Amino acid sequence: MTYENQLLEIVQSNERYMVLTAENRAAIRSLPQKIKKQFIDTGITEQTMIGIAAGLALRGRIPVVHALATFLTMRAFEFIRTDVGIPNLPVKIVGSFAGFLSEANGPTHQAIEDIALMRGIPNVNIFSPSDEADMLRGLPKVLASSEPFYIRYNNLRSYVVHDNFEIGRAEVFGNGSNIAILVHGALFNQAYQAKDNLEAKGIGVRLINLRTLKPIDEEIILKAVDECDLLVTVEDHFLTGGIYSVLAEIITKHQRVANVFPFALKDRWFKPALLDDLIHYEGFTGTQLANRIEEKLFNNKKTNYYAEWSNT
Amino acid sequence: MTKKEVKELKEVALKVREHIIKLSARGGCFIGASLSCADLVVYLYKKFLNLNINKLSSSNRDYLFLSKGHDVPALYGMFVELGWIEEKRLEKHCTVEDDIYWHPNKKIPGIEFHSGSLGHLLSVSIGVAIDCKLKKQKNKIVTILGDGELNEGSIWEALLVAQAYKLDNLCIVVDRNMFQANIQTEQLIPLEPLDKKFEAFNCVVKTVDGHDFKDMNDAFLKFPFTKDRVSVVIAETDRGRGLPSITNKADRWFCRFTDEEVEGLLKELHGNNKTKLTSETLVVR
Repeated sequence: MTYENQLLEIVQSNERYMVLTAENRAAIRSLPQKIKKQFIDTGITEQTMIGIAAGLALRGRIPVVHALATFLTMRAFEFIRTDVGIPNLPVKIVGSFAGFLSEANGPTHQAIEDIALMRGIPNVNIFSPSDEADMLRGLPKVLASSEPFYIRYNNLRSYVVHDNFEIGRAEVFGNGSNIAILVHGALFNQAYQAKDNLEAKGIGVRLINLRTLKPIDEEIILKAVDECDLLVTVEDHFLTGGIYSVLAEIITKHQRVANVFPFALKDRWFKPALLDDLIHYEGFTGTQLANRIEEKLFNNKKTNYYAEWSNT
Repeated sequence: MTKKEVKELKEVALKVREHIIKLSARGGCFIGASLSCADLVVYLYKKFLNLNINKLSSSNRDYLFLSKGHDVPALYGMFVELGWIEEKRLEKHCTVEDDIYWHPNKKIPGIEFHSGSLGHLLSVSIGVAIDCKLKKQKNKIVTILGDGELNEGSIWEALLVAQAYKLDNLCIVVDRNMFQANIQTEQLIPLEPLDKKFEAFNCVVKTVDGHDFKDMNDAFLKFPFTKDRVSVVIAETDRGRGLPSITNKADRWFCRFTDEEVEGLLKELHGNNKTKLTSETLVVR
């Protein structure tokens, strides 16, 4: 099963769905012929596509719009906020090549503030699946929701079996209480590998795949805050406004104290390269994550690594 | 259009203008642009659009989107005259007791979509127009744009898409009052030849006197102007029409007048002398 096949099934089962794209057809290449009148390509017009989606939603449709995450969430930001967010219309905003998935495109294409932007809009929810299987688990409920959703498209290969999906519920692997790793999206596999590496050294780990970043699963996060020695956040996003910020907000809101160790991009864009290369260069492989977490746990260094690694 | 019909429309327009002028005291309003499109709004709701506030779910009902949302006082006034909202609600203008404020919102019966940020509702109305076409319905979708609003690139981007989808159920009306906020359009970002610009985007354009009901009727009766193409009406208007003391004055854009000034302006509307205005212009933008 692929995203395209599943979307086709959903769209064919309900004529309210419309598939739109701003001429980014990679993930939906076969759909124009198959769903014909439920497909609209607006050309390279992200803001107009969002406006059109709002108009379609006004008529009772559920538009699923596609474009590169960077242009969709930034070029069309005000249209999403004003024409989708304010009226709370059920427009599903699918951003592709977000975060590290933009690979060698360079900073113009690096959507690493998309989570910060989208979660700042009232009514707009966020689904950031950890891989293709996770995306397919979540898609039916996300598309059926009556609210707007930003979907951080991620078709990376899956290596685990995922739980059933509920909006606002995270998925937890392991129940260790030394380390809790909070992750979303494309770095899930690296975080999972870090968990394995740490556990092999006798360190107890629980890995929390957040799935929906808004609404966020406060219950599972607070449990980790209360039970674990160190909380680690892993994200291909700026340090500002992503899950490190979400965690900080939850800790403050509930008046807890916690050791938090963030892996993110601090005020800089990442080195453009093919995915495996750039992940290694930026220090996000499973081994790199595990080594740094172990060092942090035992030495309890006061430094945070994000500030240091421009190159390691 | 008979003389009797024209007379009736003029009477409604006069009342709409009275409502607009009164709103310039209660918190102020974008009075100039509201007065420039008042006749257009009256014509469209009275003669062109198939809209019944109690039958909005009817499949053949029409739509009006006010993309240049700051002239919403014209709609408030029109909706009072249509009986869609009670006149006394306008007394709550800009208060927390109601939702009557400087830009349109859907809590007001008759408003299809909120606006205020320029350059948005053309694309929204395209979404509606595409859906009406897909469902093979015969709705007319009217979108009113300001001429200053045409500075926004999103308008021209949306036009490209509208012509690609052959939206002949879409009628764009430009309130061509020759002003943007604080300055004449031709002095700042010249738009002329405006008809040629729309034609270059494959639209069919008719230019009318936006204060002449017969002229407007002659044009709108021909809608859609050409099969498979977007219709555009450029309505030539005067900003502040009806009040010589503010008409076509660059500094009379957003106005907040005193009760005495409003009293004078209401008399001026009915043919009396110009009002002495001492309230300073407020620059909002």
